[in-house]
Amino acid sequence: MQNFLQTFFNTKVMAQYLPDILSGMLVAIWIGLAVVVAGIAGGLALACLRTYRIRACNVFIICFADIFRALPPLVLILLLYFGLPGAGIRLSGPMVLFIVLALTLAAFAEEIFWAGFASIEKGQWEAGISTGLGFSRTLIYVALPQAVRLAMPPLVNRVLAITKMTALGSVIGVSEILSAATTAQSFSGSATPLSMAAIAYLILFLPLVFVARMVERRQDMRRGR
Amino acid sequence: MNNRPMLEIVSLQKRFGENLILRDINLKVARGELVFIIGPSGSGKSTMLRCCNRLEEPSEGDIILDGRNIMSGTSRDLDQMRLKVGMVFQGFHLYPHMSVLKNVTLAQRKALGRSADEANARAMDMLDRVGLAEKANAMPSELSGGQQQRVAIARSLALDPLVMLFDEPTSALDPELVGSVLAVMKDLKSKGMTMLVVSHEMEFARETADRVVFMDGGVIVEEGAPEEIFGAPKADRTRAFLSRVRR
Amino acid sequence: MQSITDQFFNLTIMAKTLPLMLSGLWMTAQLCAAVILLGLVGGLLVALANISPRAWLRIPSIVFTDIFRALPPLVLLIFIYSGLPFAGVEISPFAAVALAFLLNNSSYYAEVYRAGILSVGKGQWEAARSTGLTKAQTLSSVVLPQAIRNVLPDLLSNTVEVVKLTSLASVVSLSELLYNANMARSITYNASPLVLAALIYLVILWPVVRLVSRFQRKLAA
Repeated sequence: MQNFLQTFFNTKVMAQYLPDILSGMLVAIWIGLAVVVAGIAGGLALACLRTYRIRACNVFIICFADIFRALPPLVLILLLYFGLPGAGIRLSGPMVLFIVLALTLAAFAEEIFWAGFASIEKGQWEAGISTGLGFSRTLIYVALPQAVRLAMPPLVNRVLAITKMTALGSVIGVSEILSAATTAQSFSGSATPLSMAAIAYLILFLPLVFVARMVERRQDMRRGR
Repeated sequence: MNNRPMLEIVSLQKRFGENLILRDINLKVARGELVFIIGPSGSGKSTMLRCCNRLEEPSEGDIILDGRNIMSGTSRDLDQMRLKVGMVFQGFHLYPHMSVLKNVTLAQRKALGRSADEANARAMDMLDRVGLAEKANAMPSELSGGQQQRVAIARSLALDPLVMLFDEPTSALDPELVGSVLAVMKDLKSKGMTMLVVSHEMEFARETADRVVFMDGGVIVEEGAPEEIFGAPKADRTRAFLSRVRR
Repeated sequence: MQSITDQFFNLTIMAKTLPLMLSGLWMTAQLCAAVILLGLVGGLLVALANISPRAWLRIPSIVFTDIFRALPPLVLLIFIYSGLPFAGVEISPFAAVALAFLLNNSSYYAEVYRAGILSVGKGQWEAARSTGLTKAQTLSSVVLPQAIRNVLPDLLSNTVEVVKLTSLASVVSLSELLYNANMARSITYNASPLVLAALIYLVILWPVVRLVSRFQRKLAA
């Protein structure tokens, strides 16, 4: 037991590398927030655009959403980080991470919002249009609020899954939590930094897990389960 | 032939938290008897029925089935006992992912351990009895409510129960479908099945029941032959209830 | 334009690295078979514990799902692969991936199963129990078949995620599709192998993603 603590929870190592882990957390938070804002805004815009049913537009949106839902983000990250320089474009690690995760979240968010729009009764649209709101205002004032409410539980879950992927940044040298931890691990020769990384992620994401649970429960109650 | 009751409810009480839903219910149902239970909603009649196979756990009291107390014994005994008490629900509760035939054979095979052939033969007999033999391979969603309820009855009957419990079997049906279900119940009664029925079909009760029990506020207010209860009820509460139901 | 084609869609390089990619794909397939199976079974067990009336089963299983929903799978993988040797446990990359994803995927599959089981009405339980079926029989014959059908799209979309996750195994040098593609890239100084890997993932997963969308629309209708 003493040995175990010494290996995984060595207080001396903890104290030494805490600043690195903390700055890693900060990086993860910044990239995560940027991904969430850009991804949700992008997904919502695409879903709204899709309601106008412009053929060429919708084909593009559907292909975009399908491709980014089907591709593993790590493949895209490696492609952008190692491949793009060959075309003369050099992006920083954090930038690549942000672009890939934001596009991935946008693809999922589009599908989730679209499912929300699709499950709104036709009568809601008809009521809005027949009271002279016009299509766009019906979209904004009538359909959108209902779609967003329906989208909340799956959206929160998806946000959680994708912001967790900031850990993939360690593969391309983004100095977030995991890369700080693996670097510290090899310098210190101790597993303690890895435990610190795990704890740091739990501190960041357990609250989101609880939020996801709460949102789900509220939705279930509204449906009267 | 012994003349001990087929089903005996002794000092049954049921509490939900602070609320006393059933207070000291005593009822004996004789072999082959049809006891019909009426009462306003919230009177505890469904709860009492559901206590008889321990879908609701009684807070106090005993349920004695053919001389055996079902409140004692292991959970295995409980499963065995439930085989002997058929139950028909207001909402049918057929298994939507199984054909009609599978619905009727499932418990025969898994709980009674009958062979596939035996279970199928028995199921076809029962489906024939409720007039739905030709629907054996249909899925529940293809049937009307009345047909679904008759399949549910066949599902219980196939297990050769000692008693059949009916929990508002026709309340969820369109009026034109009620008759077919009541006809099946009447046929059961004529073949000597012991039945406990919670329902609002007063006409059916008058024609078929041996005894009518009026419940209100978790107690049995009065009981007697149908003509007594419907013709000359003694208690004020019974009179008030019946005049409301008759409109 | 020519240079872009050369860099990303170089057919000569793609052809030359194809055998390497196919052997990577084979490893990915084995990995998928293992982690999907483990996840489906583990998830079911966790879900059953999750809805159990017994607190000593329920509470640990809920803590389990919460923790593994919060931990990034890559962190879990690195922790197991690089951390366990410190505790004197040597573990192969394949076993590390299998264990990490068993923990991670079980908690995700468990959430899906749980939603499915809760979507089956109480009446089904009561009807089955009243015909003398035991709890286990009711669960396996009556409730689970309906539960799984109700959440089939979610099970499928979760499985897509599991397949995508196997690409993380490249980080611990397991020579699966992405690892081999990236190795080919570094040998040839050309991104075409990575593009080829992306195309292979697309060919496999796009139809499934379409299917999930169609399923979900059907359920909503």
